[in-house]
Amino acid sequence: MINSLDPRIAREKINEDNNIAPLTEMDQFETYEVFHQKKRGDQHVHAGIVHAPNAEMALLFAKEQYGRRGLSVNIWVVKTNNVFASDYDDADIFETVPEKQYREAGGYKVMDKINKYKKENKV
Amino acid sequence: MEHIKELLYKMADDLLVLGHRNSEWTGLGPLLEEDIAFSSMAQDKIGHSQALFQILHELGEPEPDTNAFMREAKLFHNAQFLELQNDDYDFSTIRHFLFDHADQLRFDNLANSSFEPLAKVARKIKGELKYHVFHADIWLNKLGNGNEESHARMQTELNNAWNYALGMFEKGDYEQQLITENIFEGEVSLQSKWLAVITPIIEKANLKIPSEKDWEPVLGGRKGYHTEHLDQLVTEMGEVFRIEPGAEW
Repeated sequence: MINSLDPRIAREKINEDNNIAPLTEMDQFETYEVFHQKKRGDQHVHAGIVHAPNAEMALLFAKEQYGRRGLSVNIWVVKTNNVFASDYDDADIFETVPEKQYREAGGYKVMDKINKYKKENKV
Repeated sequence: MEHIKELLYKMADDLLVLGHRNSEWTGLGPLLEEDIAFSSMAQDKIGHSQALFQILHELGEPEPDTNAFMREAKLFHNAQFLELQNDDYDFSTIRHFLFDHADQLRFDNLANSSFEPLAKVARKIKGELKYHVFHADIWLNKLGNGNEESHARMQTELNNAWNYALGMFEKGDYEQQLITENIFEGEVSLQSKWLAVITPIIEKANLKIPSEKDWEPVLGGRKGYHTEHLDQLVTEMGEVFRIEPGAEW
């Protein structure tokens, strides 16, 4: 018998030679991607994933995992399988030929800096 | 004030004892996400009990930690339902469902209590209770409508739990006074509201409430009569606190 200081373990009366079955494929529930919204009107931002048997329970778990510090007003869950993603092998589609810098919206970078300054200095 | 103290004690003890029982699942829950959710709700319950022990303290009773951890089992006023051992997750889920609905309805009524300190607590914890009930309903539905085994287990545990659950509505000595002074609606009214709320949810989960002729509420908890499980729980719960009462943790 496993003699643990933790009364919850001790109470279970687990044998020393209790062989734990190895994990098999598909022995977990499927995953849901969790998005939370910090305040109304904000965009929902990806927060992480949860395992769940259905969307309703995914929402239940998402609230506790990602929404319990009072930082969320709304949560979305989306089945991971339903996300259509680009392939890492195709990462080169994001590369730009250097000579086309005139097409990049450099102004946004400046706006980022301005917004960051405003935020930090509460302007 | 005795009537208010009696009400506060039974509520605080229900929440403390069930909070402790549910926390025993921490680390042993059926899946990580559920482990976290259930543990977090157990913590909420301890927090709610602490708020009530704080009001009791303001009414001249011992300070919350002492009150919670230094009393003997026979001085506890919780319903026996809440001290029963966890057994399997099926029983814990059923108890969570039956208790949390009663708890939500009780606080719902107390939000309009003429005893303002209690009304204030009731209004503050409304959101947490809503989540607890939301959680319980979804699990009951999922397992009641799951496969043959999950359905059978839920029905068995509902049958086992039922008469204990009815014991939650054991009347106290000051029932009429609480009603007259608009402090609390009383256990009879609460029980009928509870039945009206849980019946359709249980039916939707494809489960059956035991037939009324078999209803025999397990009483005594409110008056200090308990099973041996409460002794074990109280000993374990106060173990650390009693090493050095008053220590800052």
